[in-house]
Amino acid sequence: MTAVAQNRTIAPLLAVNDLHVEFRGDERTVHAVRGVSWDIRPGEVLGIVGESGSGKSVSVSSILGLLPSPPAVVTGGPIVFQGRDLLTMPERDLRAIRGKEIAMIFQDPMTAFNPVRTIGRQIAEAIRVHDRSVSRSTARDRSTALLAMVGVPSPEARFNQFPHEYSGGMRQRAMIAMAIANQPKLLIADEPTTALDVTIQAQILELLEMVRKETDAATILITHDLGVIAEVADRVLVMYAGKVVESTSILPLFQSPRHPYTLGLLGSLPRVDVRMDSLYSIPGQPPNMALLPPGCAFAPRCSLSRGRSECRERPPELTRSGDSLSACHFVAEMDQLTRTVSEEVGTDIRVGNE
Amino acid sequence: MIRQDGPGNRLDVDAMVEAAISAGEAAIEIQSVDDVVALPPRSPFRIGIRRFMKHRLALISLIYLALLGLMAVFAPIVAPANPNAVDLTSLRSAPTSDHLLGTDSAGRDVLSRIIFGARVSLTVGTAAAVSAAGLGTLLGLIAGFTRGWVDTIIMRLVDIFLSFPSLIVILLLVAILGPSVTTIVIVIAFFEWPTACRIVRQMTLALREHDFVLAARASGSSNFRIMRRHILSGVVSPLTVVTTLLSAQAILLEAALSFLGLGVRPPQASWGGMLNEAQSITVLERFPWLWLPPGIAIASTVLAINFIGDGLRDAFDPRQTR
Repeated sequence: MTAVAQNRTIAPLLAVNDLHVEFRGDERTVHAVRGVSWDIRPGEVLGIVGESGSGKSVSVSSILGLLPSPPAVVTGGPIVFQGRDLLTMPERDLRAIRGKEIAMIFQDPMTAFNPVRTIGRQIAEAIRVHDRSVSRSTARDRSTALLAMVGVPSPEARFNQFPHEYSGGMRQRAMIAMAIANQPKLLIADEPTTALDVTIQAQILELLEMVRKETDAATILITHDLGVIAEVADRVLVMYAGKVVESTSILPLFQSPRHPYTLGLLGSLPRVDVRMDSLYSIPGQPPNMALLPPGCAFAPRCSLSRGRSECRERPPELTRSGDSLSACHFVAEMDQLTRTVSEEVGTDIRVGNE
Repeated sequence: MIRQDGPGNRLDVDAMVEAAISAGEAAIEIQSVDDVVALPPRSPFRIGIRRFMKHRLALISLIYLALLGLMAVFAPIVAPANPNAVDLTSLRSAPTSDHLLGTDSAGRDVLSRIIFGARVSLTVGTAAAVSAAGLGTLLGLIAGFTRGWVDTIIMRLVDIFLSFPSLIVILLLVAILGPSVTTIVIVIAFFEWPTACRIVRQMTLALREHDFVLAARASGSSNFRIMRRHILSGVVSPLTVVTTLLSAQAILLEAALSFLGLGVRPPQASWGGMLNEAQSITVLERFPWLWLPPGIAIASTVLAINFIGDGLRDAFDPRQTR
């Protein structure tokens, strides 16, 4: 864990307060993010986990105002970045922050590059967008250096190649080069390894770690893979149905999960280091975001709720429990549930406890 | 990498990941071997050109048009006679060694008039198509990119233009503005832009949803820059095809206008104007050299342009991999 991350007294680089995102359709409104608050400190790596549709990508896209509006409506806030509210900032000012102060790495590097322009020109463009005084040849030299830095072999030749001439892993490396081109203070990596195969995933994660050390940028890592989180994150937010259900540091997450959903995610993680009789699977389906229950959104699938009325009627608040913040009415029963699930699976699913 | 908060607290996930990384590093080294052979970049443009070269009919058409173009540019050198010189001794004479394609009713050399007429047809074809494509692209980009009411207004305008019987309105406009090459170009472009506009708008609507547009926005590009750098580059290939076909249409329209006497002013030679003479049965039956050469010139030029359009479409269609 980085030293900076542990020092909780440093002012946050970015603070998101009570963020709501709705998608308003003709017939129904989907409340994709329902009151999310979190912050990230300089140099910290924040992991956001959750299944598809839990609102993790939407919440970070709204930070940079990248959601198409209509149908997206962002309310709540403020989202404070270096003392300014990003939500009320004029588009022109926001444009100066995008790619310069806050840069994004996209999930699929195949589609995030324009197929008819060379990789080099696209990276050079990202530099020149923010600084017109950089000449074409300087931008070219810097892009080549960036490609070399992220481990693209023979960068001069690769500069003039098109996206289809790169392999998947190389493309993601180039994407990272483009993201760090302007030395951003915050890097948002939206499922950066999901579209890649496993051996490349490890390389890209290592590269992200290297880049973070080099540029000292804070990183938000969005993923649905707890293995990825375990490797790089300092702190984790677990999202479910548009809300944060657990917020904690990396060790408590794996050692004593404080929310039944987190436990479900842990139990469903395949492990090669211990013998497991079966993988745990969370029963039921992710909720329909347009028809959420009035109480806890996880209640219908929860093995802790057992149909209790609190869960059905009252949405749980995010409250402190030990080292973590958890949104569960019966967080006190979590240790018991962890043991039960561990017996079911045939091994202690808490990492580091066997 | 290793999180050691206390004895026995080490995350075992790390061990797996480390093994995977060292495997990955080996993979990097292997990958760099094929990088030694630096291949020239395979740009979509070059791939397109290569495919086009394989399209024989299009290639022949291109050569034909190139020759026609050269002929038009160097008309005064190429033409055997002054196209407007009247030879009263040989009116409507059949092809002879003096006049290879005969002479017309005023005794002017038909071949020379065909050669000079190519200037009018090619100028009108190119200028009208390019300006129509330019206007159409601009409006199509704006419509497709901004959507909303701007889009609605532009597209209704397109609908209105396309529902007009264009030839009649063009006739009217030319009559008002007075016939000249410039008027014809403007008027034809005025009625051809909607076709280009529709195509560009459609491409823009599709392109703007791509991830790379989002990525460009995320890296701080303005809408204008995105349009210029990302949308326009994607629109170019279908636009080339459309512009080619529009220029064929423009040549036909110019011929029609000149045939009706509203094209270039006589005595300037134009293919449509030459056909004007073939309005009587007598000419049609007895003097085929008056209308056959300009007719063939128009038909072959339009055909060649259409073949090129086909070739371009095949060459730039991403679904084709020949």
